[in-house]
Amino acid sequence: MAINAHPTLPEFDYLRPETLIEASDFLVRHAPDARPFLGGTDVFVRMRDGLLTPKFLVDVKRLPGMNDLHFDPLSGLIIGAAVNMNRVIASQEVQEHYPMLAEACRSVASYPLRNRATIVGNICNASPAGDTLGASLAFEGVLHIHGSDGMRRESLVNFFLGPGKTRLKAGDIAVALHLPPPPAGSKGTYLKLGRNKLSDLSIVGVTALAHPDSAAPSGYRFRLVLASVAPVPFVANEAEDYLANTPITSDSIRAAARLAAEACAPIDDVRGSVRYRKQMVKNLSTRALSEVWEKLKK
Amino acid sequence: MAFHKIYLTVNGKDEQVVVPSNMTLMCMVRESLALTGTKNGCSAGECGACTVLINGEPVNSCMVLAAECDGAEIVTVEGLASDQQLDPIQEAMIEAGAVQCGFCTPGVLISSRALLDRNPNPSEDEIREALVGNLCRCTGYVRIMDSVKAAARR
Repeated sequence: MAINAHPTLPEFDYLRPETLIEASDFLVRHAPDARPFLGGTDVFVRMRDGLLTPKFLVDVKRLPGMNDLHFDPLSGLIIGAAVNMNRVIASQEVQEHYPMLAEACRSVASYPLRNRATIVGNICNASPAGDTLGASLAFEGVLHIHGSDGMRRESLVNFFLGPGKTRLKAGDIAVALHLPPPPAGSKGTYLKLGRNKLSDLSIVGVTALAHPDSAAPSGYRFRLVLASVAPVPFVANEAEDYLANTPITSDSIRAAARLAAEACAPIDDVRGSVRYRKQMVKNLSTRALSEVWEKLKK
Repeated sequence: MAFHKIYLTVNGKDEQVVVPSNMTLMCMVRESLALTGTKNGCSAGECGACTVLINGEPVNSCMVLAAECDGAEIVTVEGLASDQQLDPIQEAMIEAGAVQCGFCTPGVLISSRALLDRNPNPSEDEIREALVGNLCRCTGYVRIMDSVKAAARR
């Protein structure tokens, strides 16, 4: 692929509709040449590399609801699509109730880029390496979407279809991400392996979240979501089920991590080989699950 | 392609600029306003040479459209000094010899200024984290770190 460091972007028309209806109508009428536009941190790179050639970028950042960020103990957290990652990191309520989400955001690129990058944009790009997808899935996130038929909700569980592919249709604008209140007593962590300590794309990313659950035979329910090891964010169901049914010990944690490594389906690419990634899934999952288990026992 | 008439403040001065849709903020400050202190490094949001402040917050100006900046307050490296008086971070970088080829320097200055504005007494780790998006190909990071610490003490 050609590396294009030319400062100029290919030609397109920038527009900023006043209402969601106007925006969705425009996107439907001009599909597939029009795209909703948030921070641009991904779309500009792909446009400069010639991978995307939209004729219209529809700036949706100032539409109603896009800048909301609020928490309610009963209904949970709403993150508007235009809320940048630094705002999420700085939020007292996110730090208190969803610290793992703040941790995942902090692992993204650099401070200046996070002033533009958004969680909803990260989700809509549907890169398997997306750092905030694991936390959004583990907290059972639901997207609020405005489409040509009005508002609807889509659970993230079935949202990702492949690299860059989602259930979004022409005219759809993701308005906000809703995270329900976190399970009582939940603890989580995000471990990311990159080529350097900060700012890189993940070679492997491991999101682990757990909480006490008297309905589970082991007394605990774990969530384990892996980045960069499958075409979509990979939920390690086998490992989760195993830990729900087996007493939690360092041995059972290692066994669960092995199950995750066996189940995931990474590819060889510039950032890592299949074999390396599977090893790292095993090691990092062990580390992440142990870390969460230590936090739970306190 | 559409053109947009935007009104904004750049380094405290009111500006009115007509920009095409695909013009980035970086191109606008360099080419329309002739403020060439802001550099084009990677055009991908990775190197930080084009960092400027929008409404007080640092951004990679190669990743922002000029048309989005209608009504915004922009500060480029040219706006750090005022009344012939350098910003403390500029003085500290000169004193520490934190400049080699100088290409990354404007971005480093802006990121450092923004860090000190939001955190006047940053730890070593906080400085590293704030500057992770500013690459110095001369690898002169030690003196850059020293100068941010020195500026924080002023």
